[in-house]
Amino acid sequence: MLSRKGRGDKSGDSQVSFAGEKFRFSDWFAERFIKTVAFMSIAFVALIFIFVFREAFPVFRMDVKQKIGSVDLVQEKYGEEEVTPATANPVSGSAIKVSKPSSTLLSNIWMPVSDNPRYGLIPLFFGTLKVTIIALLFAAPIAILAAIYTSMFAKPWIREIIKPAIELLAGFPSVVIGFFALMVLATVFQDIFGYASRLNSFVGGFAMSLAAIPVIYTITEDALTAVPKTYIEASLGLGASRRQTAFNVVLPAAVPGIFAAVILGLGRIFGETMIALMATGNAALTSINPFESVRTLSATIGAEMAEVVFGDTHYSVLFLIGSLLFIFTFALNAISEFYFKNLVIRKYQSKK
Amino acid sequence: MNRNRKDIIIESLTGISVLLIIFIIISILAITIKGGWPNLSWKFLIEFPKDGMTKGGIFPAIVGTALMTLIMTIAAVPFGVITAVYLAEYAKENSVFAKTIRFAVKTLAVVPSIIFGLFGLGFFIGFIGQNMDKIFNGGVLKWGQPSILWASLTMALLTLPVVIVSVEEAIRTIPVEMREASLALGATKWQTIRRVVLPGSLTGILTGTILAISRGAGEVAPILFTGAAYYLSDLPHSLSDQFMSLGYHIYIMSTQSSNVDATLPIQFATTLVLLLLTFSLNAIAVILRYRIRKKAK
Repeated sequence: MLSRKGRGDKSGDSQVSFAGEKFRFSDWFAERFIKTVAFMSIAFVALIFIFVFREAFPVFRMDVKQKIGSVDLVQEKYGEEEVTPATANPVSGSAIKVSKPSSTLLSNIWMPVSDNPRYGLIPLFFGTLKVTIIALLFAAPIAILAAIYTSMFAKPWIREIIKPAIELLAGFPSVVIGFFALMVLATVFQDIFGYASRLNSFVGGFAMSLAAIPVIYTITEDALTAVPKTYIEASLGLGASRRQTAFNVVLPAAVPGIFAAVILGLGRIFGETMIALMATGNAALTSINPFESVRTLSATIGAEMAEVVFGDTHYSVLFLIGSLLFIFTFALNAISEFYFKNLVIRKYQSKK
Repeated sequence: MNRNRKDIIIESLTGISVLLIIFIIISILAITIKGGWPNLSWKFLIEFPKDGMTKGGIFPAIVGTALMTLIMTIAAVPFGVITAVYLAEYAKENSVFAKTIRFAVKTLAVVPSIIFGLFGLGFFIGFIGQNMDKIFNGGVLKWGQPSILWASLTMALLTLPVVIVSVEEAIRTIPVEMREASLALGATKWQTIRRVVLPGSLTGILTGTILAISRGAGEVAPILFTGAAYYLSDLPHSLSDQFMSLGYHIYIMSTQSSNVDATLPIQFATTLVLLLLTFSLNAIAVILRYRIRKKAK
């Protein structure tokens, strides 16, 4: 009894993982070291959380008094004449009613550099949403149809060309796509539609769809290929055409995967900075017209962070925007990872 | 008959989507080449910008991008390879720890690049850099400001998932029999990893490195406020210097330059250089990855 237990311990799972007979320091150390380094990925995500939020937090504590101080600082920098009385007597001399920074967050005006700075996030949210919808309206159908073609209709040798080509599009830096939108697309679209402002949410949205197409395409293609071959054979065997098989059998079976693809594409568009900076016009307007400029959340950070004073209210508000972006993409990723992946797994496991 | 026609229409619609994507790829390439090629010369690559950046070349931007990606690679690749080894060799499929690491890596991959910039500013510059100044420099500002080191480390964090994913994929293509043979000969697990697994996945490590370099060279948002400079008259000499980068150069020349039209040839040529760089790196990576996958089958 005792000796059997001892032997069992020794050769427990030695077939593959080789639980060594004697203690080896190098092996023990290597495993500890590798595990620690791997753990760092979790630590990095936590650090991003902590440090982006840490800089954003002061927004809610800053009151009007501090605010006036920083107004003076900004005004001094620009040297405008009419603010001289305010500079001389910062607390009582200011004729303008300055609002508490955190109370302006839900207002309709984004005007961070003025006598009465207002940090209304509504127009920025609106702009981001508008561009995202436009980009998704282009990207999702094109990418999904292209994925259906690649996995269902294309001959093998054509597939071998299309897949790497679209992977190459994923490798285009967003600043290059932004430059292309700024120099070429804006002019082409203006010639076609004849609108007034050259850079607008339509141009920006279209350009962003180019960044999202490879993401949606790749994941959709994987989801379509993961549908069991037996489904396709059964459908074709019953006399359905390839088109009917693709749209009535394969596509419904891959729906959770396609949803996950669209959600990840959404995350890509939502956080896209360079294209938004270069192609959307960057005016914080709230008009439904797709040919008007918008200012997105990420573009606001990109455009203004370099010019703010370290630790200022404006600085903190930009970090607050960053925190919101982070929470949003984190949530999207969690949804696609846990909810949709489970759906996919359950679907095939129950039928295989 | 009716069904056939519907089949043809819908099938060609899917084909048209593919053609549209290919058309856009080709037009981006064609327009950039058409606009940039005439201005691309040897001199353009090895000269400093002149006359308020309206003339001259992009030498400092090329060197800056190269140095930044070099430091980034030194930081990201060892980290990524070790994490991939853990995920492929040590982690048990269902352990909570391994699942959390996977989720963290995926999160790093989808977090918008501008957030990395904010993190670099808040953590590397604001926290680590400023405290380094307090402790080692007696409060003199040296590390607590944007620099090539902080930009590279920020970028390393962004490219970490790229390395992890391709290395793990490559490690998983190594047959179990090879590991078993090594273990049966008396090698320990660590010896097996060092002598069998890692040499066998060299192609994968190379692919991951190339993809990371291509991503890092093209990204602009993370370095906007962690180290990229508008114009420098000299190359960076130390890790605490700022640097010029190709992507940032395109961005400022096309949006903030005082005379956008006059510098148009420079902008196109710079874009062409960046596009050729990332395009060829990606093409190499695609070929390498294709080979790994073929070997696995």
